[in-house]
Amino acid sequence: MGQQIVNGLFLGSIYALFALGYTLVFGVLDILNLAHQAVFMVCAYAALVLVGHLHLPMFAAFPVAVLLGGFLGMAVDRIAFRPLRGRSDSNIAGLISSIALATILEAAVVQVFGPDVERFPFGAVPTRSLKIGGAVVSELQIVIIAIAIAMLLGLTWLLRRTRLGRRIRAVAESPKAARVLGVDVDRIISASFFVSSALGAAAGVLFGLAFNNVSPDMGRSVELKGLAVIVLGGMGSMPGAALAGVALGLLEVFTVAWVGSSYRDAVAFGVLFLVLVLRPRGLLGSAALREA
Amino acid sequence: MTSSSLQDLWLTYQSTVAFIGLNGLLALSVYTTLSCGQLSLAQAAFMAIGAYVSAILTFHSGAPFAVNLAVATLLPALVSVPLGLPVLRLKGVFLAIATIGFGEVVRIFFVNLDYTNGALGLTAVPQRTSIWMIYAALGTALFVLWRIRGSRAGYALEAIREDEPAARTMGIDAARYKLAMLALGAAFAGLAGALEAHYTYMVSPSTYSFTRVVDMLVYAVVGGTSVFYGPVVGAAFLTALPEVLREISARVGLAPGPLRLFVNGAVLLAVILFLPEGISSLPRRIRDRLRARREAHAA
Amino acid sequence: MLLSLQGVRRTFGGLAAVDGASLAVGTGEVHGLIGPNGAGKTTLLNLVSGLIPPTSGAIVLDGERIDGLASHVIAARGITRTYQNIRLFSALTAADNVLVGAHLKRNAPLWRRMAFLPSAAAEERAARAAALALLARVGMSERAFERASNLSYGEQRRVEIARALASSPRVMLLDEPTAGMNPGEVTAIADLIRGVARAGHSVLLVEHNVKLVMAVCDRITVLDFGKVIADGTPAEVGRDPAVIAAYLGGEAAA
Repeated sequence: MGQQIVNGLFLGSIYALFALGYTLVFGVLDILNLAHQAVFMVCAYAALVLVGHLHLPMFAAFPVAVLLGGFLGMAVDRIAFRPLRGRSDSNIAGLISSIALATILEAAVVQVFGPDVERFPFGAVPTRSLKIGGAVVSELQIVIIAIAIAMLLGLTWLLRRTRLGRRIRAVAESPKAARVLGVDVDRIISASFFVSSALGAAAGVLFGLAFNNVSPDMGRSVELKGLAVIVLGGMGSMPGAALAGVALGLLEVFTVAWVGSSYRDAVAFGVLFLVLVLRPRGLLGSAALREA
Repeated sequence: MTSSSLQDLWLTYQSTVAFIGLNGLLALSVYTTLSCGQLSLAQAAFMAIGAYVSAILTFHSGAPFAVNLAVATLLPALVSVPLGLPVLRLKGVFLAIATIGFGEVVRIFFVNLDYTNGALGLTAVPQRTSIWMIYAALGTALFVLWRIRGSRAGYALEAIREDEPAARTMGIDAARYKLAMLALGAAFAGLAGALEAHYTYMVSPSTYSFTRVVDMLVYAVVGGTSVFYGPVVGAAFLTALPEVLREISARVGLAPGPLRLFVNGAVLLAVILFLPEGISSLPRRIRDRLRARREAHAA
Repeated sequence: MLLSLQGVRRTFGGLAAVDGASLAVGTGEVHGLIGPNGAGKTTLLNLVSGLIPPTSGAIVLDGERIDGLASHVIAARGITRTYQNIRLFSALTAADNVLVGAHLKRNAPLWRRMAFLPSAAAEERAARAAALALLARVGMSERAFERASNLSYGEQRRVEIARALASSPRVMLLDEPTAGMNPGEVTAIADLIRGVARAGHSVLLVEHNVKLVMAVCDRITVLDFGKVIADGTPAEVGRDPAVIAAYLGGEAAA
C-alpha cells in the first residue's frame, strides 16, 4: 500500500510537470499545443547525448536540456502558432500545425537515432534506494519528486510574484485588454511557450531517467495522458493540473495493482471522457490562470 | 508500353490504389463531422468497431459479404448516437479531446477482449474485399456528400458551421444535424474498417490508435475541407507520396521511414500556413493568379 | 395578444439585466422597445428568441408559454429575429442566407434530391425564387449573388431582415435595424417595417433612432435598468414625464 502510494506520487509528479506546461499554453492561448510531446521527447534525447556522448554529469545535463526545451518551445510558437493568429479557425488550425511540427521533430529524431529504444549509460542514473516505513524508495524517485515540487513552486512564484507572471496572466485573461495596457502580447506568448516547454522538457528528461527508456514515440502516450490530466484539473488551471497529475499517477498505480496492467490506460481515458461529459469544467473550475 | 509491363505496374501499385480509396473514405468520415464545424477524433474507434464486427461475422456466420458490410456500416452509426448526445454539447477543442478519450477507451477495450484475441487481434481474415468494392464505397460516400451540398440540409449544415446560435434562431435543429453528421461519419469509418480488414487479412487494435485519426485529419486538411472532394484529393496525394519517396530515398540514401514522416509533417505545415483551403484549391488559386496577371497586362 | 411578456426577469451574476418586464404585442402591430444604453433591450430580445432562458416570469405566444424552449423550437413557433451586430453567414451569398432563413418553410426531404426526383428540383427552384423575391422586397435584387461579407453595412442589415422574413414569422424581432444607415436607407427601412406589419407579421423593434420609432410604431415600451417605466402610444410615451426624465432628459442633461 505504502509502496503503491510512493510509486503513484512519483509517476504523478512527472504527469503533473508535463501537464503544467500543456495547460499553461492552453490558458494563455486557448489552443492545444500538440507539439508539446515532441519537445518532451527531443529533450530526453538531448539529455541522453549530453550524458552519454559528452560525458556531462546528470545534474549539469538536466538544466541544459531544460533550457533547450524552452528555446524549442519559442521556435514552436514562431513556426506553428504565430502565423495563424487572428485567423478565424485558428483553434483547429493551430492544433494541426503543431501536429505537423511534432511529426517533423519525430522524423528528425528517428533519422538521427533510429527508431529503437535508447538507454542512459550505466552510472548516469543513481541506483541506491532506502526504506521509508514499509516502502522501498529509490534515490531517483526522491530526486524526481523533489524536482517536480521545486518546479511547481517555482512556477507558482513566477506567475504570482513576478512582472512576467502578471503579464502572462493579463494576456490569459484578455489579450486585447493586455495590448491596450501596453503589454507586448507576442512576446508574452513567446515567454509562456518558453516556460511551458521548459517544464515539458524537464518532464521528458525525468521520464527518460525514471524508466531508463528514451524512444521517438515516448511522447505519444504521455501526450494523451497529459490531455486527461489538464481536462481533469480544469483546462488552464495550474493547481488543477498539478493535482490531477498526481491523482492520475496514483489512480494508474492502483489500477495496475488491483485490476491488472492492461487496464491502466483505460482508467485515464475513462476518467477523461466522464469528466468532459459530466463536469466539463474539471476539478478546479475554469478560473484558469487568474487564480494561479 | 506492353500489356505485360502494364500488368507489372498494376501488381506493384494495386495496394497503393486500394489504400488511396480506403484513406479517402476515412478522410471523408472526418470531413463529414467537420462539415458542421465539429472536430470528432473518434473515427478510429468507429473504424475498429466496423472491422471487428465484420471479421467476426465472416468467421462465425455464413452471411454474404454484403450483409457484413451493411452491419459494419450501421453499427458504428448506432454507437455514435449515445456518444454524440452528451458529447456534441462540447465545443471546439473540448469535443476533440472527449472524442480522443472515447477512441482510446474503445481501443483498450478491444486490447483487453479475449474473444477478439486481445492485443494481437484477429488474423487470417479471409480476403473478401476487391478494389472495385473500395471504390464503390468511396463513390457512394462522395455521391451522398455531393447531394447534401446545396440541399436544405446542406444549407443548414453550412449555417451551423458558421454561427450555430444564429442558425438555431432560424429554426434549424442544430443538435439533430450534428448528430446525423456524426453518425454518417461513423458509418463511413465503419465501412472503411470492414473493407480494410478484409483486404489486409487482419484486424489489430494498434491499427486504430490516435495516430490513425491524426492521419485521417491530415488527409482532410491537406486536401482541403471547403469542398467535399478535397479530403479524397488529400488522401490520394499523401498515400501516393511514400511510393515516390521510396524511389527518392533509395537514390539519396536516406532511410525511407523518417523521410516519409518528415515530408508528411512538412507538407501539412506548408498547407496549413500557406494554403488554408488545401491542395484541392490550388487549380482555382492558379487560375485567379493568372487572370489577375492578364488583367494587369491589359491595363 | 399575440406575444406577451409577464414579469420576465433575467439576472447575470446577481445583477438583473431585465427586471420584471411585462409587455404585449398584438397581431400586425409594430411595437417599439426603447431605452438608454444598457437598459436591457437586447437581453429582452435574447430571452424572447430563446438564446438565453429567463430566470423567472412567463413569455407567452398565442396562448402558449414559450419561455425556456430551445431557440429553434421558438423559431418554429413563429418568432425570428435580426441582430444588433449582424450575424449573417458571411461565406454564403445574400440569396443563400435567405434560403437558410426559409429552412422552416421548406419541404425538401433529402432522399428526393438523392433520387434526382423532379419534385426536388421544382421545390428548389421555388425556394430560390421566393428568396429572390424577398431580396427584391428589401431592395437587394442586384446584390443577391454577392457574398454576405462583401456587402455594405446597410445592405447586410437588409439581407438580415429578408432572412428573418423568409420563414413567414408571426413575430419578427428587429434589433436596431437602422444602426449605421444613412437617412435615405432609414426611410426605406421604415417603409419596409410598415409593409411587413400590413402583411400581418407583428414586429418588436429595438431602435435608438427615436424619430423612426415614433413614426413607425403603434405602441412603445420604455425600458430603464431592466424595468418597464412607460408603455403606450408614441404620443403618450412622448408626454410621459418619467420617460423624459430617464431617457430623453438624461440626454439633455448630458
